[in-house]
Amino acid sequence: MKREIQLRLNQREVSLVIDDADTLLEILRERFKLWSVREACGVSACGSCTVLLDGAPVSACLLLAARAAGHEVLTLEGLSDGDSLHPIQQAWVEERALQCAYCTPGFVLSVKALLAENADPSDDEIRDYLAGNLCRCAGYADILRAVRAAQEKIKLATTAR
Amino acid sequence: MANFSVVGQSVYRSDANPKVTGRALHVGNIEMPGMLHVAVLRSPYPHARILRIDKSKAEALAGVAVVLTGADIAKMPGVDPHFGPAFRDQPMLAVDRVCHVGDPVVAVAAADQRTAEDALQLVEIDYEALPAIFDVLDAVKKDSPLVHEQHRPAKAFADLAHVKAGEQSNICYQFKLRVGDVDKAFAEADRIFDDIFTSPPAQHVPMEPHVTLAYLDEHDRLNVWTASQSPSYVRTELAATFGIPMHRIRVRVPYLGGGYGAKLYAKLEPLVTALALTTKRPVRYALTREEEFLTITKHKVVTKIKTAIKNGAITARKCEVYWDTGAYAEIGPRIGHKSGYTSAGPYKIPNVWIDSYCVYTNKVPAGAFRGFGVPQVIWAYDSQTDMIARALGADPVEFRLKPALDEGEKFATGTVVRSFGIKEAIHQAAQAIEWSKPKQPQSGAKRRGRGIAAGVKAVLTPSISGAIVILNADGTANVLSSTVEMGQGSETTMSQIVAEELGITADRVHIVQPDTDVTPYDTITAGSRSTYHMGNAVRLAAAKVKAQLCEVVAAKLEVDPDDLAAGKGRIYVRGLEERGMTVGEIFLAKFGSLGTTLAAEAVCQPTAAHMDPETGQSEKCTEYWFPSATAAEVEVDSETGQVKVLQLFSVGDTGTAINPRHCEQQLQGAALMHLGLTMFEEMIFDQGQLTNGSLLDYQVVSIKDMPQLVRPIVVQVPHEDGPFGAKGAGETGALTVAPAIANAIEDAVGVRIRDLPITPEKVLRALAEKNGLTVSKG
Repeated sequence: MKREIQLRLNQREVSLVIDDADTLLEILRERFKLWSVREACGVSACGSCTVLLDGAPVSACLLLAARAAGHEVLTLEGLSDGDSLHPIQQAWVEERALQCAYCTPGFVLSVKALLAENADPSDDEIRDYLAGNLCRCAGYADILRAVRAAQEKIKLATTAR
Repeated sequence: MANFSVVGQSVYRSDANPKVTGRALHVGNIEMPGMLHVAVLRSPYPHARILRIDKSKAEALAGVAVVLTGADIAKMPGVDPHFGPAFRDQPMLAVDRVCHVGDPVVAVAAADQRTAEDALQLVEIDYEALPAIFDVLDAVKKDSPLVHEQHRPAKAFADLAHVKAGEQSNICYQFKLRVGDVDKAFAEADRIFDDIFTSPPAQHVPMEPHVTLAYLDEHDRLNVWTASQSPSYVRTELAATFGIPMHRIRVRVPYLGGGYGAKLYAKLEPLVTALALTTKRPVRYALTREEEFLTITKHKVVTKIKTAIKNGAITARKCEVYWDTGAYAEIGPRIGHKSGYTSAGPYKIPNVWIDSYCVYTNKVPAGAFRGFGVPQVIWAYDSQTDMIARALGADPVEFRLKPALDEGEKFATGTVVRSFGIKEAIHQAAQAIEWSKPKQPQSGAKRRGRGIAAGVKAVLTPSISGAIVILNADGTANVLSSTVEMGQGSETTMSQIVAEELGITADRVHIVQPDTDVTPYDTITAGSRSTYHMGNAVRLAAAKVKAQLCEVVAAKLEVDPDDLAAGKGRIYVRGLEERGMTVGEIFLAKFGSLGTTLAAEAVCQPTAAHMDPETGQSEKCTEYWFPSATAAEVEVDSETGQVKVLQLFSVGDTGTAINPRHCEQQLQGAALMHLGLTMFEEMIFDQGQLTNGSLLDYQVVSIKDMPQLVRPIVVQVPHEDGPFGAKGAGETGALTVAPAIANAIEDAVGVRIRDLPITPEKVLRALAEKNGLTVSKG
């Protein structure tokens, strides 16, 4: 069945007609061309399609688009202001936490949610939180370092304010 | 070492920005007006004859553009329905017969994905089951059912020119190596060690599954955008398969979301081309993860290895290696050859006998996988070498170091090795894990142990890389190269090499992505060959450009061109930096204008010497080697069989590291990936049916599996012909992980695991057996 929904997508109010069977991933890619949202397993097991729904990480591949109605959705495209990189992205570049980078959007958004929930996570807490994001290049040591670097950057930015 | 300004610097990745913002171009982001989407019906049988296909209902569904079968493709004029890099044995869609569960049978192209999938439900197929063969050792028996009656060589690669049309057998390729008198050595041996090791089929799981888009342009030229590690080969293969002149085919490859060998040679391209030619519309086919598991795998390997010991030294080794290549040979013959000849190890052994068999079975085809078969043979030879050392009461490190080949000595193939830092790698691994420190006394259920493993891979030879460097009047450069950036950092590496040669900074170099209309031929982006081969090509091309610049400056300043050097965007007199010209000044002097470019092409084409087909002997079987060593510390819970890897040190000889940080990253990534292949990754087949073909059921390494301490150690033994002494780094870290962990487990609890992956169940069973308990199966 078709229905019209409203949601806040990357800080912008949008309204669109969807089919009940549409997943959030299909809508974000096919309708909004947000290519950072990537389907890699289709069963919510790899984290490549991670987006933030009201700030919490969800797998867009298994979430029906209708469920996003009235909520706020953030994809990697909405993370920075467009002119400069977000501190997490900066940390990702500096610590070289990317190789093929197909997993990067999902990781960066998961880390944003992690650091919003827990400004000072332990190594084990980071590992637990990111266990659902897979990197087949296995750059996990670089990713762990990048999370630490991002944490420092965010802390510095907060103190500076 | 010479003084370099860009080479040896860990500059940041040139592709970091597009990748960290999610803006990097992937084939899945490319849309064309009127583009069709594809769904494929696959065989439920491991081996069956197709009796009837009724596609009429599917064709009638609104939105369906075409429903294609193998019989339809066979009727296309001038089209060969089969393709493949070693044998043309793989149909785009099954013709008459299916050969494995998941074999593509019917393809639908429709206006949207859901319609294509709905249409598949309307296709009716009748099959007649045929006898199938699943086990590689059963498949080599004389009375085994045949997967293919005929083997048709493809003639696509120089190194496979010796592959022959097969007889009535499932063995599609056999490699033989014979040195000395193995039988005599076994007869005279003090002790003989005879073991069988197995390594299971596994999947690459690139986060981006295979995806291909094909369309005809305004000239009716075939255009293909594809997630491929071998754009040049794809063009050649499409030309051969469809009878299209090469200049009328354009293959482009943007960034890949991982490859690891899965995206080599041709995969979806022939089928998507057939659909685009039939519909005259753009067609894109993106595999689901489940289809990815049915498309390509890592070879299951069974290795029988027998070693003779006399006076504490290895005097003979006999290896029988069986490569389960599945229903289609894919690149199995190349793996059976190149990896087969290394299967006795990097040691001085006077008598060696190797038989390496590439064997068809009715399972998902197997092909290249990071390490190209070498991790499987090292799993066997290093595990056994460690067992021998322990059985003889020798120190496992010393036992490897003593017979390890030195520079200038001969490998089992008769080839003299050079740039061969195997001893250095073993030393470094031993040092990292503090091997010389005595083992702590242990008690309780949890026991710790340390293990070292060593092995070597040879680079694919012969192979070819061509490149063009175009210098702009402002001193920046564009580089045309068909090397695919799949995460390994090749764009950054090539930028650094060109920048070093031209005396500019790496950010002033742009690497053009593979496009067969403009980027010259390259064999493949695989096998750790790009830094050396493409690196040499781009360096030589840059040097030719520089020589043209120097010519102008030499004439202008009246100096000898040999006295000139490049640096800081200028060509200057060596030792008199202020005496020189900028690129802009040189362009004005040469062309009278800045509106031009200066270009040069170069090709790197190392050759191999003839290899005797009966003895495997060759003056030169490879251009260079990748020595590898891994050290691991494990903690084994003897009550549960759980193995925890506490420390993992990955040591690799990469030659000169163009970008040391990125070399470390390659070693570490390869090692962690293979930690998963060692501990739990396995595709489980039941009567040819894959039972765990999704990421819910097939586990890959996550951040939680990373040991507390992981450290890559780059050994740099420069290669005299490498660009600035470089070799490569993509696979080295993968080679020796599994035996290092198995060796550490034996050190911890005294049991030996011979079959990967090392699951808690296998460890527990081995412990029970050691303690004289019997454990029921299943």
